[in-house]
Amino acid sequence: MQHTLEIKDLYASVETKEGRKQILKGVNLTVHSGETHAIMGPNGSGKSTLAYTLAGHPKYEVDSGQALLDGVDILQQTPDERAKEGLFLAMQYPVEVPGVSMTNFLRTAKTEIDGKAPSVRTWTKDLNEAMKRLRMDPKFAMRSVNEGFSGGEKKRAEVLQLELLKPKFAILDETDSGLDVDALRIVSEGVNRAKENTDLGILMVTHYTRILKYIKPDIVHVFADGHFVKTGGPELADELEENGYDEYLPEGSTESALA
Amino acid sequence: MVSEHTTNAAEDVEMSQYVADRSRVNEEKIKQDNEIISQFGDYSYGWHDSDAAGEAARKGIDENVVRAISADKHEPQWMLDMRLRGYKAFVEKPMPSWGVDLSGFNADDFKYYVKPLKEQAKRWEDLPDDIRNTYDKLGIPEAEKKRLVSGVAAQYESEVIYNSIRDDLKKQGVIFVDTDTAVREYPDLVRKYFGKVVSPEDNKFGALNTAAWSGGSFVYVPKGVHVDIPLQAYFRINTPNMGQFERTLIIADEGSYVHYVEGCTAPIYSTDSLHAAIVEIVVEKHARVRYTTVQNWSNNVYNLVTQRAYVREGGTMEWVDGNIGSKATMKYPACILAEPYAKASTMSLGFAGKGQYQDTGAKMIHLAPHTSSTIVAKSISRGGGRSAYRGLVKIVDGAEGSSSSVVCDALLVDDFSRSDTYPHVDVREDDVSMAHEATVSKVSEDQLFYLMSRGLEEKEAMGMIVRGFVEPISRELPMEYALELNRLVELQMEGSVG
Repeated sequence: MQHTLEIKDLYASVETKEGRKQILKGVNLTVHSGETHAIMGPNGSGKSTLAYTLAGHPKYEVDSGQALLDGVDILQQTPDERAKEGLFLAMQYPVEVPGVSMTNFLRTAKTEIDGKAPSVRTWTKDLNEAMKRLRMDPKFAMRSVNEGFSGGEKKRAEVLQLELLKPKFAILDETDSGLDVDALRIVSEGVNRAKENTDLGILMVTHYTRILKYIKPDIVHVFADGHFVKTGGPELADELEENGYDEYLPEGSTESALA
Repeated sequence: MVSEHTTNAAEDVEMSQYVADRSRVNEEKIKQDNEIISQFGDYSYGWHDSDAAGEAARKGIDENVVRAISADKHEPQWMLDMRLRGYKAFVEKPMPSWGVDLSGFNADDFKYYVKPLKEQAKRWEDLPDDIRNTYDKLGIPEAEKKRLVSGVAAQYESEVIYNSIRDDLKKQGVIFVDTDTAVREYPDLVRKYFGKVVSPEDNKFGALNTAAWSGGSFVYVPKGVHVDIPLQAYFRINTPNMGQFERTLIIADEGSYVHYVEGCTAPIYSTDSLHAAIVEIVVEKHARVRYTTVQNWSNNVYNLVTQRAYVREGGTMEWVDGNIGSKATMKYPACILAEPYAKASTMSLGFAGKGQYQDTGAKMIHLAPHTSSTIVAKSISRGGGRSAYRGLVKIVDGAEGSSSSVVCDALLVDDFSRSDTYPHVDVREDDVSMAHEATVSKVSEDQLFYLMSRGLEEKEAMGMIVRGFVEPISRELPMEYALELNRLVELQMEGSVG
């Protein structure tokens, strides 16, 4: 089934020590099932803010605009309602929850998202196979959620959830950061499987182009100063690889994006 | 932030073994949670029974009351003398100036001796209907029937109204009776140990217990006998302004093992009740005793309890202490590691909700070489509740090669609750290892968001975080109690999210 995520003229702010600061300044984007959009941009451009605003982190306040998932404005919903609607955010820094085992957490999440508990037999099989594909030790399931996980383990755990919860749309927030080449490949394979199996629509937020070798984008966007400034095909990524984000940076900025 | 949470040694123990149990508990939990929560109100044990005995009882204590209690029990002179020593110490000792707020405490407000029945029932069916119903509601006869316990003691007001033990254990010489019966039937054994671990002059409320004690359990496990399934005691206060002073004495002879579990509840009244118990435990050579408490007194009960174990060579004492209820609790389970290679641990959880003050902790006194102790103390404060860890680790000169580790974790659920840590360490020996860690964390926005972004409602997410926090304690409990503890924590958390 074809699903659509449509972001319309989204403005959002965050409270800072210096006062309220608007970060998203008129974001417009439409993603369909099966599409992979790479959202690239310099540090501080608001890419992650977009990701967290869509998922409903309380730190970010929507000033105006909509995000319609199959016509339903998810910006009016709590984070759990958005998840049930079919949105998934793979976080850059997944949070530790001591004393809660991965297996308990995953099963609870699956039950909530599906509205019913998965049958014990299929669930155990699905979980074990998904973990095996991500080269995760079976003991992993008994560990506390994200506690003491290495950077790579955390990212794998996020992709494990993506594969098991089967959302309609996934936002991957810097999923490539902190991964070595092998881990990057394994994690990317997981994302590609999810796409293949469930016709997942993907918003891949990244600073670097290297993940695009593994997860091929259909559309590449450049995000700067709170909104999209350029959109193109995969060739746009090559261009960014070559030239960096310099031309999208405000005057006087010295950032070399691909350093 | 929970990222500050540190793993502790106890968490690493027996990983693989508990994993299977835990997942069972969790599976169960997921199924039962919603059902259970919808079943109960804020405090699910708040009913009370009809109450002729309570109404007839007088309030206050003096020497005549002490003598009358002793006379009613037909006690030997030595016990009356011990009570009078306790009474004298109670009068002479000042109120503690530290810990919970006792400014509203008045010893004359309480009833000291309420005898609900003429004699102990042999069968549950013999109890009056309303008392019987109370225990049915608490699920005690059911647990016995299902053999989840190997013995049951049920104390109602001042008396143990029902006490049983599995026949095979009885045949092996295990004694499990109420302490009043023990004074009559095992006078030599009782006299040898009673008041030896906690003297009548030990502390103000211990002294009050010694003066006014009634009920409690007497347990003797003979050499080498392992009591495989826990003995359970259940303490219930029914009448308003009740003072319950049970006295428990457990003796584990050489190489034996026993696990004693106690639970406590009371009705909700607008006036205060008092629970001032003493638990004395003697762990003989190479014996092991585990004493587990799941305390869920209603929020009008002062819970001022002295628990202490005396551990001989190679013996092991384990306190597992869950304090969920009460208005104010002061309780610091103690271990005296008297001989070489004695080991002890205290794992405690204090949950301080609105209007509650849980002042809990542990004391470890190392008197001999190569003794070791572990304290894991966790507290949760919410709704303006206050919790404190108060602990003492003492290692005397000559206790070489001893070690002690203390870990205190406090979790604050909101911005207006409070947690304090008062760790006292007194080490007089160089050749020891001491470790102390303390963390205070807050349930963070990020944690809640993470779980919610995976489909969990806010309340469920909060519950999961808190259950995870108490997991190192709840995993130490028998499964039914782990579920009970989780459920109580869950109930305590009701209304914590807006």
